Amino acid sequence: MSIPLPYVLGLSAILFAIGVTGVLTRRNAIVVFMCIELMLNAVNLSLIAFAASMADITGQALVFFAMAVAAAEAAVGLAIVIALFRNRQTINIEEINILKW
Amino acid sequence: MVYQLVIVAVFLPLAGFLVNGLLGRKLNNETLSGILGSATVGVGFLIACILFAAMLGAPPEERSHIVPFFPWINAGALTSGFSYQVDQLSIVMMLIVTGVGFLIHVYSIGYMHGDRGFWRFFAYLNLFIFAMLNLIMADNFLLLFLGWEGVGLCSYLLIGFWYDRKFDKGTTGDAAKKAFVVNRIGDFGFLIGMFLIVVTFGSLTFESVFAQASAMQVGTPVIMWTTLALFLGATGKSAQIPLFVWLPDAMAGPTPVSALIHAATMVTAGVYMVARCSVLFALAPTTMLVVAAVGACTAIFAASIGLAQNDIKKVLAYSTVSQLGYMFLGLGVGAFAAGIFHVLTHAFFKALLFLGSGAVIHAMHEEQDIRKMGGLKEHLPTTYKTFLIGAIAIAGIPPLAGFFSKDEILWRTFSGGYWPLWLIGVTGAGLTAFYMFRLVTLTFDGTPRWDTGKHPHEAPRTMTVPLIVLAALSVIGGFVGVPSSLGGGNAIEHWLEPVFERAHEKMLLTDHGSVEVEYLLMAVSVAIAAAGVYFGRLFYLRRKDVPARVVHSAPGFYKLLVNKYYVDEAYEAAIVTPTVQGSERLLWKGLDVGVIDWTVNALARLFGWISQTVRVVQTGVTESYVFVFLLGVVAILGWLLFR
Repeated sequence: MSIPLPYVLGLSAILFAIGVTGVLTRRNAIVVFMCIELMLNAVNLSLIAFAASMADITGQALVFFAMAVAAAEAAVGLAIVIALFRNRQTINIEEINILKW
Repeated sequence: MVYQLVIVAVFLPLAGFLVNGLLGRKLNNETLSGILGSATVGVGFLIACILFAAMLGAPPEERSHIVPFFPWINAGALTSGFSYQVDQLSIVMMLIVTGVGFLIHVYSIGYMHGDRGFWRFFAYLNLFIFAMLNLIMADNFLLLFLGWEGVGLCSYLLIGFWYDRKFDKGTTGDAAKKAFVVNRIGDFGFLIGMFLIVVTFGSLTFESVFAQASAMQVGTPVIMWTTLALFLGATGKSAQIPLFVWLPDAMAGPTPVSALIHAATMVTAGVYMVARCSVLFALAPTTMLVVAAVGACTAIFAASIGLAQNDIKKVLAYSTVSQLGYMFLGLGVGAFAAGIFHVLTHAFFKALLFLGSGAVIHAMHEEQDIRKMGGLKEHLPTTYKTFLIGAIAIAGIPPLAGFFSKDEILWRTFSGGYWPLWLIGVTGAGLTAFYMFRLVTLTFDGTPRWDTGKHPHEAPRTMTVPLIVLAALSVIGGFVGVPSSLGGGNAIEHWLEPVFERAHEKMLLTDHGSVEVEYLLMAVSVAIAAAGVYFGRLFYLRRKDVPARVVHSAPGFYKLLVNKYYVDEAYEAAIVTPTVQGSERLLWKGLDVGVIDWTVNALARLFGWISQTVRVVQTGVTESYVFVFLLGVVAILGWLLFR
C-alpha cells in the first residue's frame, strides 16, 4: 500500500510554488533563503516519489547528493547574510542593491 | 688549394668590422683601430695578389674556380651558398677593391684623425669591404645581392657619418636617406630580374644560368625583360639616368668615403654586374641599345652639369657619374672588356682626385667652395702634383691611364656603327677635360681668394703616400690595355676574353673601322681633350672675362646648369610631393582616419549606445532577477513540453 504518485507530485508542486512565491515577494533575506530551501526540498520530494514508483534506487541516491550540496549552500548563504548585515546593518534585500549599474 | 684563401680575404674585413665595431669605443685608440682596419684589407690585397699570380701561372682554361664555403639556402631545387667564384673578371675587381680600398684606409688614418667616431668609421669601412667582396666574388645572384644590399647599407651609414652636420638644405642624414631610397628603387628592379631568372632557368648560380642562356636564341622576350630589370638595378647602384640623383648628394660623407665608395668601388658594382651577366645582355639587343644610350646620355648630361658647379666634391661627383656613363656605353656596344678596363683606370684616378680634394678640404678647414680657394699650388705641392696627374688622366691625354680606356670605349662605339653615340661621347670627353682643368686652375692656380687667417699646410704622410701611389697607378695603369694598333698587346682584353666568350658568340660584332680610322679618331679625341685642357686653363687663369661673358650671354642656360637641370626639383614635384601628399591626404587622412579609424570608432559608439539602452534592466533588485530567471525557466519548460 503506497501513496499514489500524483498525490505526492501534487504536494511537491504546491511546496515549490510556495517557495517561488516566497522568493519573489518576501524582503527578508533569511526568509528568501528558507524559501529557496523549500523549492529544493520540493524537487527532492518529487525525485523520491519517482524513484519509489519506478523502483529505481538512482533517484534516492541523487537526493542524498542534493541534500549534501544544499547543506553546504546553506552554510555559505548564511555566512553571506551575516557578512551583509555587518556591512550594511540590514538584511532587507531591497536595500542591498549595490550590484546595480 | 691556394684558391681557398679567398674565403680568408672575404671574411677578414668582417672580423675587422666586428672588433672595431664592438670594442672600438672601449679601446678608444686611434692607432689600433686604424691599423686593424687597414690590415684586414691589406691582407685581402696580398691574397688577391697571390691568387692573381696563381692564375697567371695556370693555363687560360684553368683560371676559373668555384670555392664553396658553406651552403646558405637549400629550398628544393633552388640552392644558394656562400660560394666564391675566382675567375679572370672577379680577380680584377678584387685587386681594385682591396688595393684601392687599402690605400684609402691608410689615407683615412690621417684624414679622420681626431674624429670622435674614428673607430666607427673604420668599422663601417671594413663592413663595406666585406660586402663589396661578397658582391664581386659571389658565384650566384643571391650572394651577389647580399653584397649589393650590404654596400648600399654601408653607403648609407657612411654618407650620414657626420649625422649632425648641415648639408645643403637639410642634414647629412637626409642625403644618406636619399641615397638609400633611390638605391632601393634600383634594387627593386634587380629583385624582379632575379625572380625572372629563377622562373626561366630554375637556378641562381652563374654557371648554371649562363650555360643554359648560351643555348638560347637571341631576342628571347623574357631575357629582354630580365636584362632590363637587372639594368634598372645597375642604374640605381651605378648612378645612371634616371637614378643618378643620389650620387652628388652622397658627397655629404667624409671624403675618403666619397673616394672609396662613391667613385672607385661601389658605384662600379652595376658595371660589374652587367659585365658578369654579359651572356644575358648579349641575348637582348634591345637592352644593349638601352644600356649604350643611357650610358652616353648620362656621360654628357653629368659632364655638362660639372661645368657649372662650384663645390670641389660636387664637380668630382658629376665627373664620376659621367665616367660611369662611359663604362655603360662600352658595355652597351658589346665592349665588355673595355668597360671593365675603364673601371680599373677610373678607380685609380678618381680615387686619387677625391683623396686630393680631401687633402685640399683638410687644408682649407672644411671649405669646399672653389671660388674661395686659388693659389694653393705653393702650399700643397704634393697634393697639387698628384691632383694634376689625376686631372690629366681623366681628361684623356696620352699616355696616362684614362686615355687608353676611354679611347677604347669610344673606338669600339664607333667601329660598332654607333656613331651618334660616339659623337656624344667625344663631346663629353671634351667637356670632361674642360671642367677638370677649370677645377685645377681655380683651386691651385691664380691668386689666393681665401681668408688671410687660414694657413693651408700639406697633409700628413699617411695621406700623401696613398696619393703618390695612386698617382703612379694613374700614370702606368693604362698600359695593361694598350690597343694593338698602338703596338700594345691589349693584355686586359685577352685576360678577360674567356669570361666574355659566351657573350661574344651571341653578338654579331660589326667592325666598320680600319687602323687608319682608329688613328684618326684617336687624334680627334686627343685634340678635343687638349683643347678642353687649354681652354680650361685659359678661361680661368688669363681670360677670366670669357666665362663671365658666356654666363652673361646665356643666363638661362647657365642657371639651368648651376641648378643641375632642375632634376632634383622635377623628381620632387613629380614623385616625392605626390607621394607625400598622397600619403598624407589619401592614405593618412582619407584611408586611415576616414575609413579604418571611423569604422572602429563607429563600432565602439554602437556598442556604447546598446549598453546605455540595455543597462536599465540591471536594477540591482534581486527579486526582479529571480523573476526573470523564473520566466526563463517557465519558457524553457513550456517549450520542452508543448513543442
